[in-house]
Amino acid sequence: MHKNSLIQLSRALDRREISSVELTEIYLDRIARMDGKYNSFITVTAELARAQAREADQRRQAGNNGPLTGIPIAHKDIFCTRGVKTSCGSRMLDNFIAPYDATVVEKLRRAGMVMLGKTNMDEFAMGSSTETSFYGPVRNPWDLERVPGGSSGGSACVVAARLAPAATGTDTGGSIRQPAALCGLTGIKPTYGTVSRYGMIAYASSLDQGGPIARSAEDAALLLTAMAGFDARDSTSAERPAEDYSTHLEDSIEGLRIGLPREFFGEGLDSQIGAVIESAVKQFERLGAVVAEISLPNTRLSIPAYYVVAPAECSSNLARFDGVRYGYRCDDAADINDLFSRSRGEGFGAEVKRRIMIGTYALSAGYYDAYYLKAQRIRRLIRDDFHRAFAEADVILCPTSPTVAFKLGEKTDDPVTMYLSDIYTISINLAGLPALSLPAGFVGRLPVGLQLIGDHFGEARLLNAAHRYQQATDWHLRAPEGCG
Amino acid sequence: MDWEPVIGLEIHAQLATRSKIFSGAATAYGALPNTQACGVDLGLPGVLPVLNKEAVRMAVKFGLAIHADISRRSVFARKNYFYPDLPKGYQISQYEIPIVGRGSIEIEGENGAVMRIGITRAHLEEDAGKSLHEAVHGMSGIDLNRAGTPLLEIVSEPELRSAKQAVAYMKKIHSLVRYLEICDGNMQEGSFRCDANVSVRPRGQTKFGTRAEIKNLNSFRFVERAINYEIQRQIDLLGSGGRVVQETRLYDAERGETRSMRLKEEANDYRYFPDPDLLPLELSEEFIAGVEATLPELPDAKKHRFMAEFGLSAYDAALLTANRETADYFEATVTASGGQAKLSANWVMGEVMAALNRESKDITQSPISPTLLGGLVRRIADNTIVRSNVERRRRCRHYHRYERP
Amino acid sequence: MTLEKTDVERIAWLARLKLSDNDIPEVARQLSSILALVEQMNTVDTVSVAPLAHPLELSLKLRDDVVTEGNQRETFQALASHVEAGLYCVPKVIDT
Repeated sequence: MHKNSLIQLSRALDRREISSVELTEIYLDRIARMDGKYNSFITVTAELARAQAREADQRRQAGNNGPLTGIPIAHKDIFCTRGVKTSCGSRMLDNFIAPYDATVVEKLRRAGMVMLGKTNMDEFAMGSSTETSFYGPVRNPWDLERVPGGSSGGSACVVAARLAPAATGTDTGGSIRQPAALCGLTGIKPTYGTVSRYGMIAYASSLDQGGPIARSAEDAALLLTAMAGFDARDSTSAERPAEDYSTHLEDSIEGLRIGLPREFFGEGLDSQIGAVIESAVKQFERLGAVVAEISLPNTRLSIPAYYVVAPAECSSNLARFDGVRYGYRCDDAADINDLFSRSRGEGFGAEVKRRIMIGTYALSAGYYDAYYLKAQRIRRLIRDDFHRAFAEADVILCPTSPTVAFKLGEKTDDPVTMYLSDIYTISINLAGLPALSLPAGFVGRLPVGLQLIGDHFGEARLLNAAHRYQQATDWHLRAPEGCG
Repeated sequence: MDWEPVIGLEIHAQLATRSKIFSGAATAYGALPNTQACGVDLGLPGVLPVLNKEAVRMAVKFGLAIHADISRRSVFARKNYFYPDLPKGYQISQYEIPIVGRGSIEIEGENGAVMRIGITRAHLEEDAGKSLHEAVHGMSGIDLNRAGTPLLEIVSEPELRSAKQAVAYMKKIHSLVRYLEICDGNMQEGSFRCDANVSVRPRGQTKFGTRAEIKNLNSFRFVERAINYEIQRQIDLLGSGGRVVQETRLYDAERGETRSMRLKEEANDYRYFPDPDLLPLELSEEFIAGVEATLPELPDAKKHRFMAEFGLSAYDAALLTANRETADYFEATVTASGGQAKLSANWVMGEVMAALNRESKDITQSPISPTLLGGLVRRIADNTIVRSNVERRRRCRHYHRYERP
Repeated sequence: MTLEKTDVERIAWLARLKLSDNDIPEVARQLSSILALVEQMNTVDTVSVAPLAHPLELSLKLRDDVVTEGNQRETFQALASHVEAGLYCVPKVIDT
């Protein structure tokens, strides 16, 4: 049963081939047996899952259900879940039981989904390998010596290893798309403002977006439809009519204009990955798409600008963790500043502290203009590049990551090397655009991800293109050894 | 040397909204500690601020009343610093682009001449919580009920030249915010308080001297005393060859002096930047016009009307319009008396206020209603009640000049 | 920009992060290398470009002035390490 996609599970539940309780037990059993080697869950909520599954079965009995009712899901531990530990991968929140549900959690719960647990992640979503977690690194199911990507590495691992049919993630600079790519999955970061940030612990508020990680575009569309929507509790939420992202999946992509940004295919891209992307482009052409080269000249500045904007926002967002009202508190504080400094010094890991310090510096007197404002100006240049590109292309296609999954520990000594692994994903967050990663082939036995970028609120078109591609290919159906 | 004081005030007026500026928690005063602090006020992880429309309306109302520029687009910024009663580690405020730009009000100077005092700006921000130092043995206790209460910070130009002018200005703003019904003006509860920037310079010099900022003055009396003390301190210091340090000082009401706050290990660096959780606040012309339509008659206009309509002196009209409740009481009395304005004014300012003063009550607590008083005035006017009695009473008035505490 | 020990100490103080003295040289080195990456921004002239704080440039929505949150003190204070008499407790704060 675990081999089935979310859509197939939904049909199986519809046809009463299986109950939600039975389905939930299958996954709980797999987690219990297999997660020891992956470390993908921080918390498994078995009893809660069983209770929610029973409720889902009742709803299905009563005919009061939607397509997702009774289907298990795992949530990234960045989403607050009422009564359940919400750690954000940090010692700082190791003792934090959230008193409320994030909007995303609430919406999926209302759709009848069954929460299996909370997935491991880079601490406060700061990382590209899930190695900065207080709970230890997550391993890639395709190769246990390698990272699953990050920061939503636990969520990606869970879906790849078939420990859950789907999971939620968040993406500030690539944290849904890069792990999806490195684990052979389909993940979408929606347009900024599409999915509510309420209850999603903030890293960089103007960049953060939640989204689904699933096995196919079809599954992702179904999940996104349930996750998205205006939320009055999030002032940055976009007030637009609700959208069903599944309706246009089957549309033809004949004549779809696909732009290939020349800056994404140059230096730094692994040649084998380049070859995989090239053959995917050919596949899109066979499906009727028209491919042309475009230019995003300021892309090279996206990492520098991001490493000002995101740390600046995070330095302020994470100031609330001070040991007073919740979270880690140091012992025997001598005075109030000792309480603050030691609680934070001991509660945060090295990468989080680095980013807080960079952000503090970038906002401090005398440096604000040269760093923060400069980065915001470059942010406009980057967004304008995309605006111009979307006059020529409906969708932009490029690799998701410059490399396949790298080895654990390979990049942990040098933060800058680690930062460069997000070179293809970061500009999209700065511009607030939607982008999706889908599996497009392999280098050796490691999956390669392809990224499709859309114009603001163009999610349906991305999912449509990805779905048509997946109907013509089977990369998304491959499972890691021992997981299929 | 002849020294000239230069004073600017930053007044914090708590806006009289039901709920907080960025959350749905109540703002009522006096609740048990932390019972009116919701997730947003506590800075719990993941929660987000949503701006209260009423706070915006109130700020605009104030801006219109001081004939200020209303920003069609203003921006909320974060002011970052660590303090136990500041739950998020930053205060949401407005920095570069405040909602209310330059405006002005008129006050009466010492010599009776009208002075126009510039108001640099007024901006919306959230209040912090309170640190209580006596409630828990050996520790400070933090109550966050006040955290997130909407404040309008009203910043004057440094155009005040004496403690008396500063008080006159503060009273004028106090009266205005109460007229506008945007602040209850309760100074004991901290709803209306100010910081005073004080410096002195040799008379005739255009350059400002170094200023000290006196924090958290919550009565008119303290404002006057603290500023006078500070002026004298600075004059003495400069006169003896010393120099004024730019610093924050606290007023000690018991000793009647200002004292330097302990120097921080390092100067503050607030690292202001636009709050990424809040988009720019844009105000439409309709919104502003809608607020304008709700503006009541303002104190100055009312004063002039009382002079013209009732033939009152400027002095009496000013007294009767010093606050809205008194003005309303007076007008209701006039109506009930059948238009006996002067006699009503004499009675309100004389007998009624004297009696209220004796019992430390304000006009809203008057045991005699305007209808009753008006009836009395009518009967005095038509001689139903003996006049000599009235005359005797009226003499008392000069000994009981009413002034609000 | 190469950060010195004193720069790191000042930043760590502003951010209230206790660092051990032994770690400071390494932190200074790492932060300096991140700043070197960031300073690639200087290769482009942005004088005439307005800063962009939000990708969509929308405006703020407002809420009605309604009390929606009741007293949840017990729930919230269960999360705190030290609470007495309904107050969050911290080492004595001296204002003056």
